[in-house]
Amino acid sequence: MSLRATTSQTVGPFFSIGFSWLYRDNLAGEGVSGEHVEISGRILDGDGKPVPDGIVEIWQANSQGKYAHPDDPQEKPIEEGFSGYGRVPTDDEGRFRFTTIKPERVPGPDGKLQAPHLAVSVFTRGLLRRLITRIYFPDEPSNAEDFALNLVEPARRATLIAKKIQGRTGELEWNVKLQGEGETVFFDI
Amino acid sequence: MNKIPGYRRVFPGTQPPHLHPPYVSSLKRAPLQALVALPHTLSEITGPVFGAEIADDKACDLTRQHSGDPVGERIVVSGRVLDEDSRPVPSTLIEVWQANAAGRYLHSRDQHNAPLDPNFTGCGHALTDSEGRYRFVTIRPGEYPWGNHYNAWRPAHIHFSLFGPAFATRLVTQMYFPGDPLIPYDTIFNCTDDEKARNRLISVFDWETTIPSQALGYRFDIVLSGRESTPMETHAHGEKS
Repeated sequence: MSLRATTSQTVGPFFSIGFSWLYRDNLAGEGVSGEHVEISGRILDGDGKPVPDGIVEIWQANSQGKYAHPDDPQEKPIEEGFSGYGRVPTDDEGRFRFTTIKPERVPGPDGKLQAPHLAVSVFTRGLLRRLITRIYFPDEPSNAEDFALNLVEPARRATLIAKKIQGRTGELEWNVKLQGEGETVFFDI
Repeated sequence: MNKIPGYRRVFPGTQPPHLHPPYVSSLKRAPLQALVALPHTLSEITGPVFGAEIADDKACDLTRQHSGDPVGERIVVSGRVLDEDSRPVPSTLIEVWQANAAGRYLHSRDQHNAPLDPNFTGCGHALTDSEGRYRFVTIRPGEYPWGNHYNAWRPAHIHFSLFGPAFATRLVTQMYFPGDPLIPYDTIFNCTDDEKARNRLISVFDWETTIPSQALGYRFDIVLSGRESTPMETHAHGEKS
């Protein structure tokens, strides 16, 4: 018998009661291999106001391009101490921050590799469904051939690519604009 | 390599739109640009895996997390997590959070003039068993007013968060109680067009899980996206929501 997926509902303003036990802002401890990066930013609404009751969830592959999941068929090692999952709330200024490693490229459609990216879910009060987006990396030549970036009109692609912070090695900035000018690209998956 | 089916897309009408004007908080937060349809890749068909060590007895009994008993009516909330082909979803993480019996959340932003309960935090989590079953013991949450419009009240509800087997199956929803007179007036409940889909958010009173002299049982089954039958590489679609 065919069922229909249960209807989504908003996380509301009080999700930290249920979510905080699993906050993970450090996805990759010291011993985890790969290029370690800190990614921070803000969630802003259609008026440019900070969203203090938002949450960002991250899902990513390791530095070999392997997901710690049984459906990843690649014969590559899963790394001890790296699950690829992160969850961070925004603060009163709408800021979030996490540290992780830049993942290796993973397979995409037609046997081509995707550019390194993090899969991201955004939940806030006011959102009836989660928003789905991606974080790509700056100075990454493979971005030009990434199938997902190429599905996006060129003027909007920059919303998916983290920016280097001048004078701060290994620190990247990536913001979520929920609505309006500079609106972040969100995916329907 | 990588010929693994992706997950099914949303069936029209069964999920809320991002912008739902009666829900005032959506007005400045819902994206206005069309979403970009993304075929599923390895990134979407995998997702976080949580082991048995993450759950314990206290986490699924919200009435046993403090030294005393919380105020309110004890209830058992249980059910199954299935996919759209009625297959159980085993070992998946479920998180719940809720108001106390007086309709107050243990949260600094909840300013509702109702008492906190020192014996109730209102959060729990559990992993489904091999048959997709879960079970929480808690107290029935109270209804409470909110600021969406004049005399707005939320029906009693419990928030549910589920991961399922993949990034694509992540779901956050709310469970309601049968017979709650506030449901037909609730802006959040009514955000989904499809009436049947809405009504599936209402739990069912259940004698089977009712514990004599102890707690009424409510059953709430949850369905996560099922697998597509075609491999993800060939999947083409143009739906925008």
